[in-house]
Amino acid sequence: MVEYAVKAVENGGTAVGIRCKDGVVLAVEKIITSKLLKPGANKRIATVDRHVGIVSAGLVPDGRHFVSRARDEASSWRSTYKGPIPTSAIANRLGGYVQAYTLYSSVRPFGVTAIVGGWDTEAELPVDGQVGNGPKSGSGGKVEGAKAGGPGLYMIEPSGLYWGYYGAATGKGRQAAKAELEKLDLSSGNLSLADGVKEAARIIYVAHEDSKDKEFELEMTWISSVDGPTKGRHEEVPKEILEEAEKAAKRALEGDDEEEEDKGEGEQMEE
Amino acid sequence: MAINFKDGVILGADSRTTTGAYIANRVTDKLTQVHDTIWCCRSGSAADTQAVADIVSYHLNMYGVTNAEAPTTQVAASLFQELCYENKDALSAGIILAGWDARHGGQVFSIPLGGSLHKQPFAIGGSGSTYIYGYTDAHWREQMTEEEGIDFVRSALQEAIKWDGSSGGVIRLVVLTKAGAVRHLYLPDNGYTGPGVTN
Repeated sequence: MVEYAVKAVENGGTAVGIRCKDGVVLAVEKIITSKLLKPGANKRIATVDRHVGIVSAGLVPDGRHFVSRARDEASSWRSTYKGPIPTSAIANRLGGYVQAYTLYSSVRPFGVTAIVGGWDTEAELPVDGQVGNGPKSGSGGKVEGAKAGGPGLYMIEPSGLYWGYYGAATGKGRQAAKAELEKLDLSSGNLSLADGVKEAARIIYVAHEDSKDKEFELEMTWISSVDGPTKGRHEEVPKEILEEAEKAAKRALEGDDEEEEDKGEGEQMEE
Repeated sequence: MAINFKDGVILGADSRTTTGAYIANRVTDKLTQVHDTIWCCRSGSAADTQAVADIVSYHLNMYGVTNAEAPTTQVAASLFQELCYENKDALSAGIILAGWDARHGGQVFSIPLGGSLHKQPFAIGGSGSTYIYGYTDAHWREQMTEEEGIDFVRSALQEAIKWDGSSGGVIRLVVLTKAGAVRHLYLPDNGYTGPGVTN
């Protein structure tokens, strides 16, 4: 059964996630199945909690149910622990949930592979609803330079298997997308979120090359660090930045010779 | 009581448990461990606070293994608060929570009777605390050294024991820092000067 679910995923629109040093980008290729569909409607990337987003490839309704479960998990975490769920924890819970659907004859496995991106805040975390503060200096929740928080990116398959990734790709164009992701040297942690957005757009365009006859729309969201453009929240990439990234992606596809010119311009758009 | 000092937190308590006028236990340990470096001071009903601490301890240990990461003091605080608030009608529990974790260092939270949650530089509670509001307010300072912190807590508790009829026995302390949890014991026989570290 799981094998059939994987087949469903293999034909879905390509989805990618990139874990950058100061944020995470999620992008998906939405094939336009009818001219009657309103552009920009029918979102495929969902916000699960303020700091977590999910994009999936495969059966859209299964993806929605999956997102709904993710929201329940995030909300349940908040009510017990009075704080945001770590990206690793939500990936773990969702992995368990998906796995359970492979066990029983009354249900079928999920027809989606989902990419979960999030940013665990690096700021001091109060308990939700807490009153008062500790001392002004010294101890009391203010350790200077303590390593905390950061980007998280996980991909969950129909079997329930999940891994953490620097760059993840699924859907029809995943092979091409993975090849492109591997070129980025993501593990060194040098790629900035601003560049990550451009790369994600470009990779979706590259991955679309094989099914050029169909038109598509690019949907893209991001989560930056607390001092970045989204302040640790999962949001849609603003229209101007998205269009800029799409323009650069198209240019990169047309010819690799004139790709350099826009570099500085795009970077000024953030903040 | 519990205080923040330079490198972490110190918890302290007397050791008297009473049933009415009768001293049921003169060497009680009211400093309860709920995780490696997250501890609490229990006051109110011994049964209620032990039960609540046991539940929190279970959840913190489960958190530690399922998330492969030690829980923060915040996690413990939210668990304590949830239990104390949701069951406020059935409980008589005044809890001071203090912990040290790598991300936040030392932190002190107070969860008084109704189940509210207060983050504080230091906290006092229990019957003897009324006698030492003035003393603690006048003498607590930010960035005390470990030795200064221990002296402060010990002197404050000594004062509470002196004036409060329901407090007494020995003074127990726990120091929580990067180095872990260290217990201290101070006996009335020698004016609460020793023996000091017991582990």
